[in-house]
Amino acid sequence: MSNGSRIAKRIRSTLFYIGALALCLPPVFVFVWMILTGLKTGVQNISYPPQFIFSPTLENFRAVFAQYNFFKYLMNSLIVAGLATGLSLLLGLPAAYSIAKYRQGRIGILILVARMTPFVSYLLPWYIIFRYLDLIDTYTALTITHLIITLPMVIWLMISFFESVPAELEDAAMIDGCSSLQSFRIIVLPLVRNGIATSAIISFIFSWNQFLFSLILSGPKTKTVPVAVYNFISYGKIDWAGIGAAATLIVLPVSIFAFFVRKSIVQGLTMGALKD
Amino acid sequence: MRTAPDETTRMKTVANKISSFVDRRQALVYPAPAVIALFLIVVIPIGYNLYLAFTKWTIGLGDPRFIGIDNFIELFWDERVLNGLKVMIYFSGLSLTLELVLGLLIALYFHREFRGSEIVQAIYIFPFAATPVAVALIWRIMLNPEIGVLNYLLTSIGLPGSLWISSAATVIPALVMVDVWKWTPMITLIVLAGLKSLPNDPYEAARIDGANTLQIFWYITLPLIRPVLIAALMLRSLDNLKEFDIIYTITQGGPGIASETLYLYSYNVAFSFFKAGYGSALMVVVFLIVLVFNVVMNRMRLSAQDI
Repeated sequence: MSNGSRIAKRIRSTLFYIGALALCLPPVFVFVWMILTGLKTGVQNISYPPQFIFSPTLENFRAVFAQYNFFKYLMNSLIVAGLATGLSLLLGLPAAYSIAKYRQGRIGILILVARMTPFVSYLLPWYIIFRYLDLIDTYTALTITHLIITLPMVIWLMISFFESVPAELEDAAMIDGCSSLQSFRIIVLPLVRNGIATSAIISFIFSWNQFLFSLILSGPKTKTVPVAVYNFISYGKIDWAGIGAAATLIVLPVSIFAFFVRKSIVQGLTMGALKD
Repeated sequence: MRTAPDETTRMKTVANKISSFVDRRQALVYPAPAVIALFLIVVIPIGYNLYLAFTKWTIGLGDPRFIGIDNFIELFWDERVLNGLKVMIYFSGLSLTLELVLGLLIALYFHREFRGSEIVQAIYIFPFAATPVAVALIWRIMLNPEIGVLNYLLTSIGLPGSLWISSAATVIPALVMVDVWKWTPMITLIVLAGLKSLPNDPYEAARIDGANTLQIFWYITLPLIRPVLIAALMLRSLDNLKEFDIIYTITQGGPGIASETLYLYSYNVAFSFFKAGYGSALMVVVFLIVLVFNVVMNRMRLSAQDI
């Protein structure tokens, strides 16, 4: 290789990395700004020009736990997202398996309708039903409504994973005397454990992030974190520092989750997107 | 404690009977719990919502009264419905187009072997996973026209600042910016995965024939990647046409009703004005829009796959 072309290659590679850096800036900047907002005092947050260099304080993080009872809301979110995800797997895994195996397209239509319907359309009937049953502000109400999102999602994601399981393996298990439930539990489920992990995490993220249902159906006892952080602006005075700290606490767990399964999230969403 | 032998046998027979029933009727038993659950939590509320759409009812005042199609006639004379439709088309049209075009372009940019591709993937998954309400609040801080960091950055490089969400003229583009920020990376990752799975042969043939980069993109990459693009668009449109969290958190439909989509209006009618019947009728309209959009998209996708 000539010297000239090596330099040209070096320059092109440098230019590529500069471009890559620029393209990564928007996600990184908002993430950093969120953390910085949480580490500044209230006064620092409303000073102009905005401060990039300052002495950070953990006071806001202490305050959201001490004054706003944030631990309770984190637990509420954990409970609801955990229950919704667990139930979705319990109900969704056998269903997805059966849809993949027996090509039950009609159930697929049911799932599509569930995904297409605006959430507000569920909200009004559920609000009326739960008010009648005196279930407003209970984990039951929140979990049931979150299932509307997570159950179709789990089924929809899992169908393509189950389709990749070779039928011969199950036939062999059946011949060896396994019952259908045994072969499902012992043979099939371990083969799709990547898919289970992926759909569990995606389902958890969507339930954790869900705002609308909790906004109307939760109350002081079961308020989840998105509603709790939203309330920081409806108390009249906007507490920017508190929002920064609370937002960081909410976003961090799901970001870490997503980071660890980023490959299979993309794979899962792509496979799902390419389904008929 | 011991169970009587005959009782144990009886329990075993029952268990065997259940097991053999499951074996024989697998296609029925496996999906049944999920189908029943979906029926209870999805179909019944949708049915109830549909019924309410034909009634007049203020929540907390008396019972729903059947009024036929009056709600659907009322919405033709409601100026906020027209406004909501316009805002919806403006917001969704602009954000979906930008997300798709930028997502494709960025994916093409990153579609090569380079050190650090793992880091890009890790960074790009963040906006997808981040809680919409939480990041929308951070955007609201950044978009503040007086003390926000965005105007500071713009003016410090010599560009004029913007009123962003404080002006009816700029509020939709500002909200589109937030939506594009949140969802373009996901489209990029999906398209990138699609690009990696494309066959190599057409590219080699094209190179032998002396096609240039633009020709290769236009005649090979684009047709091959089109099903993935349309599928990604459908996936996005399911949520985008019903965007609530970002708009509600940042502007609540304001200033005035400048960013009130039809969807947000239907929420306000039901939960701020407590007009359950009319609100339900609006929700039915939103559902029909999402449905029609997706049916059309699906047609396009199937025909793109046939090529």
